[in-house]
Amino acid sequence: MKPTQQNHSVAEQLSLIRRIGYSIFPGMARQREKPRGYRHFFNTLILHFRPRAVPERTLRFTLTWGLGGMAVVLVFMLLGTGLLLKFAYEPFPGRAYDSILRLQNEVLFGQLIRNIHHWSANLLLVVVFLHFLRVFFTGAFHPPRQFNWIFGLGLFLTVLLSNFTGYLLPWDQLAYWAITICTGMLEYMPFVGAEVQHWIRSGREIGPATLSNFYAIHTAILPACIIILMAFHFWRVRKAGGLVMPRGPDEDAPSRGETVPTIPNLILREVVVALVLIAIIMAWSVFFNAPLEAKANPGLSPNPTKAPWYFMGFQEMLLHFHPLFALFVIPFLIMFALVSIPYIRYPERTAGVWFVSLKGRRMALVGAVAGTIATPIGILIDEYMIDFVAWVPGVPSAISNGVIPLAIILAGAWGFYSMTKRRYAATKEETVQMIFVFFVTAFVILTVTGIWFRGTAMKLAWP
Amino acid sequence: MKKEVKKQIKDQPESPRRKFLSKLWVALGVLALLELVGLVLTYLRPGKPRGVGDAGTIVEAGAIEKFPTNSVTAFVRGKFYLCRLEDGGFLAVSRKCTHLGCTVPWMAKEKKFACPCHGSAFDIHGEVTSPPAPRALDIYPVVVENNIVKVNTGRPIKRSEFRAEQVVYPT
Repeated sequence: MKPTQQNHSVAEQLSLIRRIGYSIFPGMARQREKPRGYRHFFNTLILHFRPRAVPERTLRFTLTWGLGGMAVVLVFMLLGTGLLLKFAYEPFPGRAYDSILRLQNEVLFGQLIRNIHHWSANLLLVVVFLHFLRVFFTGAFHPPRQFNWIFGLGLFLTVLLSNFTGYLLPWDQLAYWAITICTGMLEYMPFVGAEVQHWIRSGREIGPATLSNFYAIHTAILPACIIILMAFHFWRVRKAGGLVMPRGPDEDAPSRGETVPTIPNLILREVVVALVLIAIIMAWSVFFNAPLEAKANPGLSPNPTKAPWYFMGFQEMLLHFHPLFALFVIPFLIMFALVSIPYIRYPERTAGVWFVSLKGRRMALVGAVAGTIATPIGILIDEYMIDFVAWVPGVPSAISNGVIPLAIILAGAWGFYSMTKRRYAATKEETVQMIFVFFVTAFVILTVTGIWFRGTAMKLAWP
Repeated sequence: MKKEVKKQIKDQPESPRRKFLSKLWVALGVLALLELVGLVLTYLRPGKPRGVGDAGTIVEAGAIEKFPTNSVTAFVRGKFYLCRLEDGGFLAVSRKCTHLGCTVPWMAKEKKFACPCHGSAFDIHGEVTSPPAPRALDIYPVVVENNIVKVNTGRPIKRSEFRAEQVVYPT
């Protein structure tokens, strides 16, 4: 009884502000010889999310390039600016465009906020793609990180969908037609295409219901998904004992080595990356406005009408393959291959080594060069010389323009795979990596072609 | 004390009734989840189109004489083209490209519909003359009553290619 009485009397002597303060941070009320400042509380808060100490080797910037941290910063910037935009934006076809104009012209810093949202969203795609490459090339998908690779792919998809659903919202010509052709693609899905398209568009054509669907998905469902997936993604990093341990090509798997306190070693580095990134985005957004074209006009398709840049690779494939293959068979194969990467049986695990080994580096280069040479040649040949539909008359174009070219490409890739495997006497990891590099390069080149080398009526042209 | 209680509960043999009841709870939970998913899906589903009756979707294009043979007239509100062929027959062609849904303009000089998005081209019958479009442009039912051409824009007809019986002739 005695101590409580004492506390009671102490409490009575305190000012109201003090008592409120102690009620928020009970730890402060304890008498200490050296009073702790706000900093202590801040640090303990951080240590709820981060480990107390981290291996010194994983602090090296060239292990992660700060990409994961950048993605987090961008997500939070997008959430913040997105919340502000919600106050100004009206999700109705007749008013959406005007509300954007009003935001840009009349709201204090409205244009800047929209610019930041726009550029952060685009940069986020680039950053998560680079992060994906970094994780692959450092072998950070081996056990125990297998499933985190899947979480990462899920996050990549949600980020892609967020960009896509956000694209329609300004309701300008660019947005309207890009979404028209992207949702037009859904019709080619076997069996359920028309249903799914009807469902996503909320009607036969893009209209008010489509906009309100996209708005709800963009501003509520996807952000919630991203936050939940992010939490799992980080938790699995912690569970795996932190980042993958970097090592040289001929070093054995190292122990954790020396550890250093997270505060300030890791936190300081992260804050620096975050601040530099924020500064770059702010500066960029001051000088470059987010694009806004004329108000959407359903009667007039601009020439050329292009998908958003991150779908250019698929749009380019659409020009070469039957839609069923360009939009479903090939993306499905890509997704399947990516998901299976951590589950392939590798004779040895080389997590932490950049590009598997020295030989792996050479082979990755071979893959990149092969992709850089083969893809443009393939595009040119298909554009000017090959016409399977005319050559193989009497079969549906899904076969002549889908199965045949895909079979040729896969056969070529298989030949390339077995040839280099023999030539270099390579391990499975090295050859898988080479094929991965080959296809990533090919996809990047397809995207670049779609963005810069397609002019009016989608003919090949110089930029 | 608490630990002992927990242990006691654990040690009790699970009675069939308890097993059944806990399974029932799980089943109820799954059911509730399914209901929730269904509800969300119905929210995303398009609302019933208003004014399903033909009255709202029939466009009176005008008198037959207004359309010279071998001509194409655009109807912006109805989202279709009324094509009058050389032999005097009518064909109401949708302006939506069958490839990915862009709006195809009529090129009067070259006598074709040319899609600006991916370069598909269609002739005056809506027939594909240049891929990637996989099939001919949709058509709408046309009726000619008392010399007036009427088009029912509520019922697009999908077709793979142009056939002579799709053309409507004034009687």
